[in-house]
Amino acid sequence: MHLILYLTSGAIPLAQLGPRCSIKLFDEMIDGENSVRGPYEDYHIWFEAEDQARIARKSEQSEAFFRRTGITFNVYGEDAADERLIPFDVVPRIMSAREWRRLSRGIEQRVSALNAFLHDIYHRQEILRAGRVPTSLVANNDAFLTQMVGVDPPGGIYTHIVGTDIVRTGPDDFFVLEDNARTPSGVSYMLENRETMLRMLPELFSKIPVQQVSNYPVNLRRSLAACAPPMCEGKPVIAVLTPGIHNSAYFEHSFLADEMGVELVEGHDLRVVDGRIAMRTTQGYKAIDVLYRRVDDEYLDPLNFNPDSMLGVPGIMDVYRAGGLTIANAPGTGIADDKALYSYMPEIVEFYTGEKPLLQNVETFRCSDEEHLKYVLDNLAELVVKEVHGSGGYGMLVGPAASKKEVEDFRTKLLAQPSNYIAQPTLALSTVPIFTEKGLAPRHVDLRPFVLVSPDCIEITPGGLTRVAMTEGSLVVNSSQGGGTKDTWVLEE
Amino acid sequence: MLGKTAGGLFWMFRYLERSENNARLLDAGFRIALTRSANSSMEWRSVLTTSGSLADYDARHSDYRSDKVIDFLLRDTDNPSSVISTMKAARDNARLVRTALTREVWEATNESWITLKELLASPVPDQDLPDVLSVIRNQSALVRGATHGTMLRNDVFNFARLGTFLERADNTARILDVKYYLLLPSIAKTGSSLDNFQWETILRSVSAHRAYRWLNGSEVSSSKISEFLILHHQMPRSLAFCAGKIAQNLSDIQEEYAVEHPSCEVANTLFERLKGATIDEIFEEGLHEFIEQFLADNSALSTQIETDYRFSE
Repeated sequence: MHLILYLTSGAIPLAQLGPRCSIKLFDEMIDGENSVRGPYEDYHIWFEAEDQARIARKSEQSEAFFRRTGITFNVYGEDAADERLIPFDVVPRIMSAREWRRLSRGIEQRVSALNAFLHDIYHRQEILRAGRVPTSLVANNDAFLTQMVGVDPPGGIYTHIVGTDIVRTGPDDFFVLEDNARTPSGVSYMLENRETMLRMLPELFSKIPVQQVSNYPVNLRRSLAACAPPMCEGKPVIAVLTPGIHNSAYFEHSFLADEMGVELVEGHDLRVVDGRIAMRTTQGYKAIDVLYRRVDDEYLDPLNFNPDSMLGVPGIMDVYRAGGLTIANAPGTGIADDKALYSYMPEIVEFYTGEKPLLQNVETFRCSDEEHLKYVLDNLAELVVKEVHGSGGYGMLVGPAASKKEVEDFRTKLLAQPSNYIAQPTLALSTVPIFTEKGLAPRHVDLRPFVLVSPDCIEITPGGLTRVAMTEGSLVVNSSQGGGTKDTWVLEE
Repeated sequence: MLGKTAGGLFWMFRYLERSENNARLLDAGFRIALTRSANSSMEWRSVLTTSGSLADYDARHSDYRSDKVIDFLLRDTDNPSSVISTMKAARDNARLVRTALTREVWEATNESWITLKELLASPVPDQDLPDVLSVIRNQSALVRGATHGTMLRNDVFNFARLGTFLERADNTARILDVKYYLLLPSIAKTGSSLDNFQWETILRSVSAHRAYRWLNGSEVSSSKISEFLILHHQMPRSLAFCAGKIAQNLSDIQEEYAVEHPSCEVANTLFERLKGATIDEIFEEGLHEFIEQFLADNSALSTQIETDYRFSE
């Protein structure tokens, strides 16, 4: 029996998780008896037999590979020339086919419910009438677009691409942390991480049967084409809309356009021609059928939304409403990303699918609610508090990891505008080993699988993007906060 | 293809060519500075003129000391024609048109940028300059190699090549223009040979001193050099060669798109004129006048291409 002993047993100093946290941390590789769990067995055998110096060398090479390929992101507020790399860890995160099946069934259920919810909320609003979700959550929501009321998106799809954030706390305990129904990013990292592993350690893949992720771009293209608008004639023309070369995710935009074999356009390449959105080509204007946009709703159309936007196309919403274009994801889907609405997801799933939710929701306290607020204020040091519309790990409080002063400062902010916040208990996120100078060491991870929705099917690429907090004990995995990524393996049956 | 992409490709390859040309100019200038320090001021001045950055330089420096000029041409980010600036512009354009490039071309370009950025992070001492310049030439050879080895011969390739040849023709013409007084036929007529170093500088700045010798042996005359750089159909940096390629690239695009545009006609006229010319006629017309006309035509053609293929609105 091979054994791995982590440098620090117990993974995280428990104090960091707060005095109330007495649960045992779940490590995905090593179980409580210090033996290797099933999915990691083959990898572990390989790892033990391998020269550690070689792995260290490969690990260094991966950085050069990422830099040469230009897999970088720009950080807002920093010199545009300063493109950063997201740290990559060479130890894969591994799941069994069984674990994955369970998880993907849950995601599929959740995503179908989201689509049904969005359709309902922009049409008859049955769920509001049934009193299952308070009307105020929709009416007072900036992400609710009145321009979308009564609009039928082509194929009936709102969320063509979803990146559900999942965390794990035990063998069968998966929680949805965020639904990311708007414009989830990171899929290029899922693909490039695998590519990097294949280049660096090709022998691993001949020893261990891992399910492919490389079909994603082809599936994405097919999935988008399946949602072509009524005015489309012949083979649908697809394009990716980017805010431009200075956007933090520009690499991903160009990567996806490239891999799909479609044009990467910016707002100034587009205009309305004969009731269609058309791009300026070397041979004149050519109509686009499906636009995979990576531009936020409010910048999409200066005539309909933010009049100062230079990123969008004047009149695009009118073309969209007339059936001349598919916009993926549909405008107005952002409402599903609202963190206050998130707390109603179990009801939403049940309401539209008639089934009990397969994935758990993290218990969520809405600070707009007086009783909830009181609880949150009383337990601030043990909770994670987030802005309702926030993302990227900005503007949040991780109570157990924060200093007394930070907690008190946050209390002031919270009291000033309670309805802007929700709070959740600190989850003991599962850990997966990373490769360090001194050997393997456990770090907290989350998972973002990528889901494609078309009228024909819901497809989930086996794997996803595993984000890992590179700092010992840290629970924040966002790349903007120094998190890294890992290749994610789902084993063949 | 998007008009913006065509423009991005065109400019990416113009900037790549420019960065390589500037490295060559520096190399030639450096030789003169090393071997004939008395003439180095003059030589650096003409290098700056050729690269089109004399006014910028004069605005900030009061003399033409080698280290200052080298630094200005190599790594001054405020000088838009410096090697580092042109390489950055090339790489920015490559990022913009990444979907049109093969992975190999993109990676070669990106790697060149990363390599040069590190290499030029601090001033380059004299003794390291030849090595640095050779890295720059090697990197640009990598990009060119990847381009030739992996790109489809379609409109993408043709727009890229248009950028290369328009820039190259422009560069060769500028070198001739700056040195035209050395090449005036009067010298040849009186039988005196060109100053050895001077003609070598000219040929070195287009990487052609060996090629010239193969073709002309030891005969060095202004007429031969001018003919070589303007009219020789095998010399890959001559005006006629570049004009021929440009006409061909445009005609390929025209054929692919099955639409006629004025730029193709303009390029053909330009090429036919060079093809039918003799060096004696050019001298008769006046070398300087001839080159000035060529530069103007070349630039007009560039503008016509941008319009025909909707690089911008």
